[in-house]
Amino acid sequence: MIRARRLTKTYGDFVAVDGVDLQVERGEAFGILGPNGAGKSTTMRMLGATLKRTSGELTILDRDPSTQGPVIRAHLGVVPQDDALDTELTVAENLLTYGRYFGLSRSYLRGRIDELLEFAQLTDKRDAKVDALSGGMKRRLTIARGLVNEPSILLLDEPTTGLDPQARHILWDRLFRLKETGVTLVITTHYMDEAEQLCDRLVVMDQGTIVAEGSPADLIRAHSTREVVEVRFGSDRNPEVAAQLDGIGTRREVLPDRILVYTDSGEEDLQAIVARGFMPVTSLVRRASLEDVFLRLTGRSLADE
Amino acid sequence: MSIDSRAVARPGHRGALFVAEYRLRNMWKWRGAIIAFGLGNPVLYLASVGLGVGLLVDANSPTGGVDGVPYLVFIAPALLATAAIQGGMDEVTFPTLSGFIWNRLFFAMRATSLTGGQIADGVLVAAMVRVLFTTVVYWLVLWAFGAVAWDSALSLIPVSTFAGVCWAALMLAVTANVTDDGGFLALAGRVVIMPMFLFSGTFYPLAALPLAVRWIGWISPLWHATELGRWLSYGMPLPPWRIAVSVVYLLAMGIVGVVVARRRFEARLTR
Repeated sequence: MIRARRLTKTYGDFVAVDGVDLQVERGEAFGILGPNGAGKSTTMRMLGATLKRTSGELTILDRDPSTQGPVIRAHLGVVPQDDALDTELTVAENLLTYGRYFGLSRSYLRGRIDELLEFAQLTDKRDAKVDALSGGMKRRLTIARGLVNEPSILLLDEPTTGLDPQARHILWDRLFRLKETGVTLVITTHYMDEAEQLCDRLVVMDQGTIVAEGSPADLIRAHSTREVVEVRFGSDRNPEVAAQLDGIGTRREVLPDRILVYTDSGEEDLQAIVARGFMPVTSLVRRASLEDVFLRLTGRSLADE
Repeated sequence: MSIDSRAVARPGHRGALFVAEYRLRNMWKWRGAIIAFGLGNPVLYLASVGLGVGLLVDANSPTGGVDGVPYLVFIAPALLATAAIQGGMDEVTFPTLSGFIWNRLFFAMRATSLTGGQIADGVLVAAMVRVLFTTVVYWLVLWAFGAVAWDSALSLIPVSTFAGVCWAALMLAVTANVTDDGGFLALAGRVVIMPMFLFSGTFYPLAALPLAVRWIGWISPLWHATELGRWLSYGMPLPPWRIAVSVVYLLAMGIVGVVVARRRFEARLTR
């Protein structure tokens, strides 16, 4: 569906996207994970045929976006980070006007809008002004708007940033359903739980380049142990304690607020720490996540960004 | 959801019309304000300046008015052109700032099969509809006050609309370059619209001004529209070359505006 080779975007001296290779297959949910400023949104705008690439190859739906942008965009759905809804129009009017931009007929759109409102769980908000919607509702409306032309690929730029946990779960549920219908999803996010939940395959981006690629499970297997012990001794004691944990776990990471011990047997290692006479203020044994992969690959925590 | 029946989406060459359709739908939300302003503005101006100041002017002029006609008749074409120019400006500046900065709607539009040029064209087409509406309403009020004759409808309305749209095209191009909206509209209102209104021979013949400031009128689309309007309305003498200069000047303004706006829209939306 999408194929990029050495895809690059520069602004003057600044290289926003630096030689990215990626491939998105039909029907998959593909994630671009990375901190803010990693080049995710810039990449996304190039994949959406709205931003001209500086160099490299890019084909979307077997076409070159630099010459066939409108044809490609007719088959894409785009959910921008900032919604970009007309807040003076109603929910249904936003869908109608957007559908008209694709040249869709009013009679077709009448039926389509009913379907989309139902899908977005906004049927009872049909005639409400967009101003009156919650953040989660606006985002669902933006997704519905992106689907108005029955796209082959839906591009979502940070779909749940700024939403509360309940609104995120509703949105994830909608995206799952969409995937089940065969729509290819491309999602940027800086939430690893989101990437783990939604993506079949993902790339990890940092400073404009791809630092890892694979399924969430593959990435965790390749770059982390199975389990992680998180122990907190208070921010001033963490480094001191960490220095005395040699031999416990395969690797340790000291963050400002906690120590991470990478291991295949978390409970045993936690006991080993206590056995050495260190009583953590709090402790947690958990499965390794993409957060750990990111930390390993970049030396930085996603959450710190 | 029937995602696989996707034969419906096709890129349109009528993209600009779909954008205009959206703009008109948005304007419809403001219909109360547009109609109230469209009617209120001419009624207030004609009552205060046209009749009020006119009483004074007509009484103190040896010819019983200005340019051989009552003051009300003299200022009518100028007021009509002012309304057209102001209306056109409103309908390009606000949506353009909004589309690029406030709600970034243009970026969402450009993610569909539309091009930047079509978005620019669409905003202008909708502005043209608004200008035509404003001009017709204004003309009707002028006629009700006896400031214009019935048969001027088919000449005065098109000329004022033409001037309003050409000016709107230029302002569309200018606004497409505004990245920081803070004060742009206030600045444009104070240093462009206000001087244009005051120094374009609106309330008195341009020749009454000293040469040092008369150039403001010469470059002002309002003055050119007013000259054409006075010629059409009450037969103010205007040599053919002057008619040609005014028409060409306005037309050039419109063409430059459209060409630059299309280019700026596309560049800004794909940057």
